[in-house]
Amino acid sequence: MALLELHDVTRRFGDFEAVKDVSFAVESGEFFTLLGPSGCGKTTILRMVAGFDRPDGGRILLDGRDLAATPPEKRPIHTVFQSYALFPHLSVGRNVAFPLRMAGLPEGEIRRRVGETLEQVHLAELADHYPHEISGGQKQRVALARGLVNRPRLLLLDEPLGALDLKLREEMQLELIKLQREVGVTFVFVTHAQNEALALSHRIAVMNRGRIEQLDVPSRIYGFPQNRFVADFIGNCNLLEARVVDRRDGELGLEAEGLGEIRAPATDRPGSTGVLALRPEQVRIHAGGDGENDQDNRFPGTVRDFLYVGDVTTYQVVLDNGFRLSALRANDAPGRARFFEIGDRVTVSWARQAGHYVPD
Amino acid sequence: MSRTEDRLSRWAVTAPPTLFLLAFFLVPALIVVLASFQYPGEFGGLAPLADPGDGSEHGLTLENYRFYFSDFLFTEILLRSFLVAAASTLICLVLAYPVAWLIARSPKQHRDLLVLLVILPFASNFLIRVYAWMIILGPQAGLAQAVNGLLGAFGLAPVSLLFSPFAVLVGMVYVHLPFMILPLYTNLEKHDPVLLDAAQDLGANAWQRFWRVTWPLSLPGVFSGSALVFIPVLGMFAIPDILGGTRDMLIGNLIKDQFLGVRDWPFGATLSIVLTLCVLGLAGLAAWAGKGGRHG
Ligand SMILES: Nc1ncnc2c1ncn2[C@@H]1O[C@H](COP(=O)(O)OP(=O)(O)OP(=O)(O)O)[C@@H](O)[C@H]1O
Ligand SMILES: [Mg+2]
Repeated sequence: MALLELHDVTRRFGDFEAVKDVSFAVESGEFFTLLGPSGCGKTTILRMVAGFDRPDGGRILLDGRDLAATPPEKRPIHTVFQSYALFPHLSVGRNVAFPLRMAGLPEGEIRRRVGETLEQVHLAELADHYPHEISGGQKQRVALARGLVNRPRLLLLDEPLGALDLKLREEMQLELIKLQREVGVTFVFVTHAQNEALALSHRIAVMNRGRIEQLDVPSRIYGFPQNRFVADFIGNCNLLEARVVDRRDGELGLEAEGLGEIRAPATDRPGSTGVLALRPEQVRIHAGGDGENDQDNRFPGTVRDFLYVGDVTTYQVVLDNGFRLSALRANDAPGRARFFEIGDRVTVSWARQAGHYVPD
Repeated sequence: MSRTEDRLSRWAVTAPPTLFLLAFFLVPALIVVLASFQYPGEFGGLAPLADPGDGSEHGLTLENYRFYFSDFLFTEILLRSFLVAAASTLICLVLAYPVAWLIARSPKQHRDLLVLLVILPFASNFLIRVYAWMIILGPQAGLAQAVNGLLGAFGLAPVSLLFSPFAVLVGMVYVHLPFMILPLYTNLEKHDPVLLDAAQDLGANAWQRFWRVTWPLSLPGVFSGSALVFIPVLGMFAIPDILGGTRDMLIGNLIKDQFLGVRDWPFGATLSIVLTLCVLGLAGLAAWAGKGGRHG
């Protein structure tokens, strides 16, 4: 049995449906992520699971039992709030001790568990500091420790890394993965940063306008987006409008708008119009008329623009028929920021096994 | 900026408040201290410090303090005043807390109106409001009749609500209630509601959320509200004059009588000094206890 189940959960604010018929199940020990743009209903779902809000329709089950009649303080579910919500009048140690105190544990047991948990998040020496005396990253850890200290069945994390700078964020991502593995508590994580979701999660539910667009493991979310929204929202993607002209032995013949005939791997989903989703890193870029393989889809074009981000450079190529494509190239030669200049004649190509056709 | 300019601008900032405190606080306080060591004038006021040459009393003396300690009555009045102040403060706190909490929790657009209602009584004269309580607590009013009817039913003798410690307490609480509500409201309104969500999320029931989060966070408001009630009540003489009985004299009445009644200014000043020292001692104690609570 799944640990947490949502069945057709709906939440309306007036006429506005913030969450529409959302169903998913989270397994015990899983790192599950709700990913979606701002306002898509992620926080609303978390609040309903935590008990601060009630669904207008549908059911929420924990270990198979309906939670509707259980108030938040009785649910074995804790939340790490985006603003951390640390108690300003309590020291770090007392903040972490709070849920244990509420559970009425004996003082010695509280001290032992607080010490242990602070150790786990590397904060043992800050136990006597007050929240206003510690940094944002440290507050983050206190909030995590406080949420985990009495081993809830489920920990909800609402954009917990949102307020941290990039470096600290990456550090905390690694620690989150490690911590979750160590304590074995099930995480339901909310974020609007797709790279964070891909890096952390066992499974991701991509949400848009109150609905789940796709629910899958990160590699499939990235590699096999089920619709335009997911393809577009996750990472960068070239979306080529296309029409199926023939299907044979595991391959599709597509008539791409403005490009003519291209070959792509088959999908099991029917539909004769859609888009071919092609990641920039799947597109190779060569000087002039070079090419490697006549099995590839190949098109000549001109470099129009590029974006250097350090490890890689993304080139915007305008094909001769006017279509724009981005191609990515790793800066594998030392000191090179780019291999092509604006205006260079190039050939872009991609393997016929690359790309993913998304029927409408 | 040059050094002199720097010093000048610092003076420009600190001089006005310093002068203000000197003129309106320190100088009057010193005058009172001095007066408490002087002899009373023949027709009120103070006897001169310099010898007028006619053999009358002059100069400095400890006589006023000796007189204060010669009769326990004065200390008793002082203690009773502290008791009344403490009781008034406590009752105000109990009554004001829920009101302040409700205002702080009400929709934003209603709050200003509700605060206005709290301070509305100030629009009418203080004495009129206190005299109104004479009518409300008077023997002809429904309240006294109901109470005495009840007492009579149990075979007990009727009591007078008016001119009693009870009436004094009612008056004190009524007049000072807004001074407790306002600082409490200002404090409670600033609380981040997400803290209560967090507490509930971590297993705190309604009582625990209040006792472990709202109450400790509201302590600054509790302290300032308490000071704003306790200290004025301590010096209040009009309310015990109007609503109290002859045996309910408080230190405020005693001091007032020294200045306006028996015209013994030096002894009035002495009583004021004793009172002030007691309040300062209490404030120091509170500050010390507050510090201990925070770090202990
Ligand atoms: N109490 C409320 N009353 C009215 N509308 C609400 C309420 N709470 C949320 N909404 C609306 O519901 C939608 C979803 O809100 P929610 O907070 O769940 O979004 P989110 O996915 O968490 O977004 P973000 O990434 O910005 O936090 C939003 O359009 C929001 O305006
Ligand atoms: Mg949100």
